[in-house]
Amino acid sequence: MTDPLLSVSDLRTYFHDGEVVARAVDGVSFDVAEGETVAVVGESGSGKSVTALSILRLIRPPGRIETASSIRFQGRELLQLSDGEMRTIRGNRIAMIFQEPMSALNPVLTVGEQIAEVVRVHTDASRHDAWERAVEMLALTGISAPRERASEYPHQLSGGMRQRVMIAMALVLKPALLIADEPTTALDVTIQAQILELLQRLQEQLGMAVLLITHDLGVVAEVADRVVVMYGGEVVERATMTELFEAPQHPYTEGLMSAMPRLDRDAERLVTIPGVVPPSTAWPSGCRFRDRCSYAWDRCATEHPPLYPVGDEHESRCHLAVEPLRRSESHTPLTVRVGADS
Amino acid sequence: MELAGRRSVVGTVVSRLLQAIIVVAIVTTIVFVLIHIAPGDPFTSAMDNPNVTEAMRARWRAMYGLDQPLLEQYVRYLSNVARGNFGWSFSMHRPVIDVLKDALPNTLLLAGTALVLGFAGGIGLAVIQATRPGSRTDRTLGAGSMFFYAMPDFWLALMMMLIFAYWLPWFPVAGAVDPVMHEYMGPLAALADRLKHLALPAITLALLSGAAVARYQRAELLRVLPDDFVRTARAKGLSERRVMWVHVLRNALIPTISLLGLSLPVLFTGAVFIERVFAWPGMGWVILNGVATRDYPLVTAGVIVAAATVTLGSLGADLLYSVADPRIRGR
Repeated sequence: MTDPLLSVSDLRTYFHDGEVVARAVDGVSFDVAEGETVAVVGESGSGKSVTALSILRLIRPPGRIETASSIRFQGRELLQLSDGEMRTIRGNRIAMIFQEPMSALNPVLTVGEQIAEVVRVHTDASRHDAWERAVEMLALTGISAPRERASEYPHQLSGGMRQRVMIAMALVLKPALLIADEPTTALDVTIQAQILELLQRLQEQLGMAVLLITHDLGVVAEVADRVVVMYGGEVVERATMTELFEAPQHPYTEGLMSAMPRLDRDAERLVTIPGVVPPSTAWPSGCRFRDRCSYAWDRCATEHPPLYPVGDEHESRCHLAVEPLRRSESHTPLTVRVGADS
Repeated sequence: MELAGRRSVVGTVVSRLLQAIIVVAIVTTIVFVLIHIAPGDPFTSAMDNPNVTEAMRARWRAMYGLDQPLLEQYVRYLSNVARGNFGWSFSMHRPVIDVLKDALPNTLLLAGTALVLGFAGGIGLAVIQATRPGSRTDRTLGAGSMFFYAMPDFWLALMMMLIFAYWLPWFPVAGAVDPVMHEYMGPLAALADRLKHLALPAITLALLSGAAVARYQRAELLRVLPDDFVRTARAKGLSERRVMWVHVLRNALIPTISLLGLSLPVLFTGAVFIERVFAWPGMGWVILNGVATRDYPLVTAGVIVAAATVTLGSLGADLLYSVADPRIRGR
């Protein structure tokens, strides 16, 4: 087997504030192969966005990627590159799009200028050629009248169009990897579907890999090949998309699945996972999910679970993997609440 | 949309110009009344000569119409001004318009130079500070700008003069040109002479305005830095320098434009003391002399020019605003 395109291993990104250390990402490992789509799933505070920013080394002080971490991309260790070398990768070989297409675009530059800037910085294209490539790329994202749109400012465009501009900006140099951090969260449902379709089409055309950061399992089911579930700054489950949806192993993943609203079930009640993610300055001992887990027993408080292999390309960070009988025993199902109350 | 935008700009300019005229008229009235009810007149203060009798003074007052009721003097003054006649300067013994014509270019040269130096320097320092906030460089520059920001203008002018004209005689003490030799210099030497005289007052004024600009601009840059689009710019692979100068500064400059508009009058009034200390023959110097000698026409005309500068400055700032911010332009 050839090396994966991106290989993140034991990534630790901590935020230091005097004596207090927030361990936002705490030993995360996963691979992304060329051309595939890997989804990183988790709720707010699980560390998924910090993981994404760490790959591009966009963590600002007081945040810091700790020394034992490793991020290999196309055979190079990104954490060992100089700032200058890292800049030749950002926006060029690895591109990123963000959640808020309004605030993520510069309000005082035209969208054409913002796309052409990527071309100008990374290649020796002339001003005119860079502009032409920006227009071409806008056309490729399905924006009508791309030449006119290129001279407009972000505030003149709709939310969906702005996200298309973000995508054009990210993909204009045909990167090998696109990191998409909640790319559809801020958009209307119909626009969401269009943007996802666009991303898939461009992925096929350009042959890039996509690392999709999301909290939305519906999006995952649409596009992902493999899924990494994060909780408490750690990977808690890793599987192919079909495997994960058919046989989720970690109680947290189970919870996420049952919290998904579905049309084929009684829609009066929405299932929620009780509680919230604990603060990253004070992860609980043992299993970090145990306070919210209905299976939790004494072992969970004392022993931090490793990632147990539970199938082909499937791992779960839960002691249930080695004590499967507990799954059927005396287990109260997840709290069920009326949706409006939550 | 484009057309509508342009029409509204023209409408704005016209209505603001009308406002400016009203403001100038009100200011003129207030100054006219104030200076006339102030104790003394051109013939009490300036001519303490024992040979000048009270009867002679009365005759002179009658000659210049100063014995008429205030309202009548006011109406006559306004009708003269409306016809472009600003009257006769008692203290300079020349038409007021000629006095202003000589003084205005000097003020524009001094204030203009200081404005450019102050804003360019202040913005540059702010970018250096905001690139590494909290660093030693940032704190040192911040203390420096606080020092000049807190300094009274006339005091700084005196200190500059003491240090750079007296202890270290690098620059002339005062004046706009060498009073004797300038007439006999070739064009290059004359230019050098002008620049040498300009340096101290311009640098003094630039330090004062630059300190304020640096403090304000640094705060603006730090306000913009956490914005999402800055992270986008970094994710595009731009150098930190380009992120700062192109993406952050472009946005952080917009509020500075209003500071520029406000600085026009501040530079103008600030220049009164700076011009006085450096004997710079500009508007401030002329007006101050006019006040001291109760030179009614000169003071009133000077204030009219000042009021016009202030109102036009703020109009200019508003227009610049719409150039710099596409979100305002669209409306």
